[in-house]
Amino acid sequence: MLNISGTQINFLKVRVITFILSAILIFLSIGAFFVNGLNFGIDFKGGTLIEIETSQEIEISGLRDNLNTLELGDVQVQEFGSSKNLLIRVEQQLGGDQVQQDVVQIVKDSLGSYLSTDINFRRTEVVGPKVSGELIQSGAIAILVAVFAMLVYIWFRFEWQFSLGAVLALVHDVILTIGVFCITQLEFNLPIIAAILTIVGYSMNDTVVVYDRVRENLRKYRSKEITDLLNLSINDTLSRTIVTSVTTLLALLSLFIFGGEVIKGFTFAMIWGVIVGTYSSIFVAAPLLRYLDVKREWNTTSAVDSTR
Amino acid sequence: MLYFSNLKIFSVLAVIIITLLFAVPNFFGKDQLETFPNFFPKQQVNLGLDLQGGSHLLLEVDTEEIIKERVENLNADVRRVLKKNNLNYSNFKVSNESLKFIVEGFNSEIQKEISELSMSNSQNILTMGDQTNLIITQEENTVQINFTEEFIKQSVSNAVAQSLEIVRRRIDELGTREPSIQRQGSSRIIIQLPGIDDPDRIKSLLGQTAKLTFQLVDTSVNFDPFNPSKAPIGSEILASDADEEFKYIVKKRIMVGGENLVDAQPGFDPQTNEPIVSFRFDRIGATKFGRVTQQNVGKPFAIVLDNKVISAPVIREAILGGSGQISGGFDSEEANDLAILLRAGALPAPLIILEERSVGPDLGADSIEAGQFAAIIGFIAVIIFMIFVYRYFGLLADIALIINLFMVLGVLSLFQATLTLPGIAGIILTIGMAVDANVLIFERVKEEIRNGSNMMNAVENGYKRALSTILDANITTLIAAIILFFMASGPVRGFSITLAIGIFTSVFTAFTFTRLLISLNAKRLKPNFVGLSKNA
Repeated sequence: MLNISGTQINFLKVRVITFILSAILIFLSIGAFFVNGLNFGIDFKGGTLIEIETSQEIEISGLRDNLNTLELGDVQVQEFGSSKNLLIRVEQQLGGDQVQQDVVQIVKDSLGSYLSTDINFRRTEVVGPKVSGELIQSGAIAILVAVFAMLVYIWFRFEWQFSLGAVLALVHDVILTIGVFCITQLEFNLPIIAAILTIVGYSMNDTVVVYDRVRENLRKYRSKEITDLLNLSINDTLSRTIVTSVTTLLALLSLFIFGGEVIKGFTFAMIWGVIVGTYSSIFVAAPLLRYLDVKREWNTTSAVDSTR
Repeated sequence: MLYFSNLKIFSVLAVIIITLLFAVPNFFGKDQLETFPNFFPKQQVNLGLDLQGGSHLLLEVDTEEIIKERVENLNADVRRVLKKNNLNYSNFKVSNESLKFIVEGFNSEIQKEISELSMSNSQNILTMGDQTNLIITQEENTVQINFTEEFIKQSVSNAVAQSLEIVRRRIDELGTREPSIQRQGSSRIIIQLPGIDDPDRIKSLLGQTAKLTFQLVDTSVNFDPFNPSKAPIGSEILASDADEEFKYIVKKRIMVGGENLVDAQPGFDPQTNEPIVSFRFDRIGATKFGRVTQQNVGKPFAIVLDNKVISAPVIREAILGGSGQISGGFDSEEANDLAILLRAGALPAPLIILEERSVGPDLGADSIEAGQFAAIIGFIAVIIFMIFVYRYFGLLADIALIINLFMVLGVLSLFQATLTLPGIAGIILTIGMAVDANVLIFERVKEEIRNGSNMMNAVENGYKRALSTILDANITTLIAAIILFFMASGPVRGFSITLAIGIFTSVFTAFTFTRLLISLNAKRLKPNFVGLSKNA
């Protein structure tokens, strides 16, 4: 029987180490962002993406060389899941939205004459410069709005110290998620923004559960030293934190392994986000409260009283 | 918290059973559903284009082109009025949105004349009552004429509405299965075409404005088609549709336009067997066409489509019957498409394709299969894990999870929301997160027991204490889902929908269904049922 109840781990003791670890990771992420940058997919960069399935295996480098003679700029060809599935990416063409449409036909014609096998066009995506610009803007706005909404919600439900701690943990998670995409150079596209927003929700969910307990304990043990009280709260909720993270990860892992190539990037981001979000609730959000001078005199008739 | 009145039990079960009923049709084929009784829900989940295969196009109406055309017309009107009143103007400048010129003797009378002419010429664009659509400012002899902002806005809005209608007609003509054509924002159109993974033909149909005109060929000048000289005033040089190098010189005045067509059909010329498009004019068109052809027997006229000459036959005799045919060396598909374009009418402005996303049926089917398999595996893993951790209570949570999953499916079917690949991911994520509410409750129950409560009180207090935490925790995820819903479109939006539905159903089942199950067993509950060893 799994029993993580009643633990008495001193999480706050290692806070200096975890803060330093987090600082290093954030530093690395920001560094990678400026050095490598994000590997934007066509959603944000514009361009053309064609996924094909062939009846025989194709020699990729030959095909790549052939497509690069079409004067369409940089053409990337990569395997996608299996050696008969190929992903062809053509960079955005100069000359506005209208021109992008010609690329598909040019590539299709060229594939038809170069490859002697049957070709099944599984997916075609063309994103023009206007839309890609808007998508990146609305994606960034959505993340900022989400973080801000959390800030306001926690402020409303708790008090500003909690709100600040939670949002710092949230920003930590978002930076590390963007960072891992800068370092691995995995494609960053629209579903990744969706994943980040979900991570924001999930990480906040985790943090709220710990904070809720902190608030409850603050009422219960009015004279307990804050470090001990935070430790107690983390331990109280540890079992739940772990069980929920594990069930979520089980579902996500299954999706990552069996869910197909198209959403691999999305699931990867989610898995990473759940791990980072769980870590940050325990090692960032809760310990931060120690420095934020939380209010000790909670009004027991407050509307958010959970001990009633 | 453990006590349920009969009425409560009844309503909880009723809500669950009704939502589950809506999930049922998804497990049957369309033919089987036909045989179900009438009262039974038959709506299945709406699959997104990424799952069923299809094409998504985002188009934009070129609004600059509309404004340009309006200014062009205004330009002609103003010059006509000035000429009529024998006014000499100079420094005539046409900019993006206004006209400017220097003239002597410009007075309110002429101003009124211009306004009225402009109004009567834009009658079909808008009905603004007596309100003028022009702003005319005069400084000494310099006159500037602008359209009112209201007029520009309404022109654009009308053009977009009209484009939408014409796009719809063109696509309908092709006989596509359940296309969806919607306006987005001020000047965009979203087209969803299920089952079409190669939208080339549709793209080429939408890429043409299809403005058809009949214009006389200018025979007054000597003219080399491969090396045209400058066109005289009132004429213009147009290229041949078949050969860009071959030019025609045609009179600018339009004999008849495509708006006077009532029908166009593809066919074959009985003599040459060449594909043709035969057309019929309405009464006004027929009269006009008859008059011009009568006056110009023996001369050629040009059939012009989008500023390209399709053909320029010689008028052999007056065409009074109001019908005719176009032949221009088409193949039968081209003739067919041209007929479609002519029947549907011309677009008021060109359409620009901003985005295309097409998914073939194979990839869609593969995605569904992979998604289902991943869901089943993830589901089994979570079920086993929950029983491992919470024993009997875990089993109850698992039953709730199964119900929960079907409820998500039921709600999706009920609201006809669209299920996409990221949507399936959302459901799988929900599987993982749905147990959270129960986890929070069970952990509280354990704690209460450890603090010495008896089982009944522990369960009672566990529910009570977990409530606010559960609400707070789920509201944060819900906020993220709502923001995602408003920011995203297409597949990603499907994710936010399933995530949000999953939040509601999981909180609902945790607080009603699981609790009901526990309360029904309340008398028999023991601490080890929640995964605590007896000596804990």
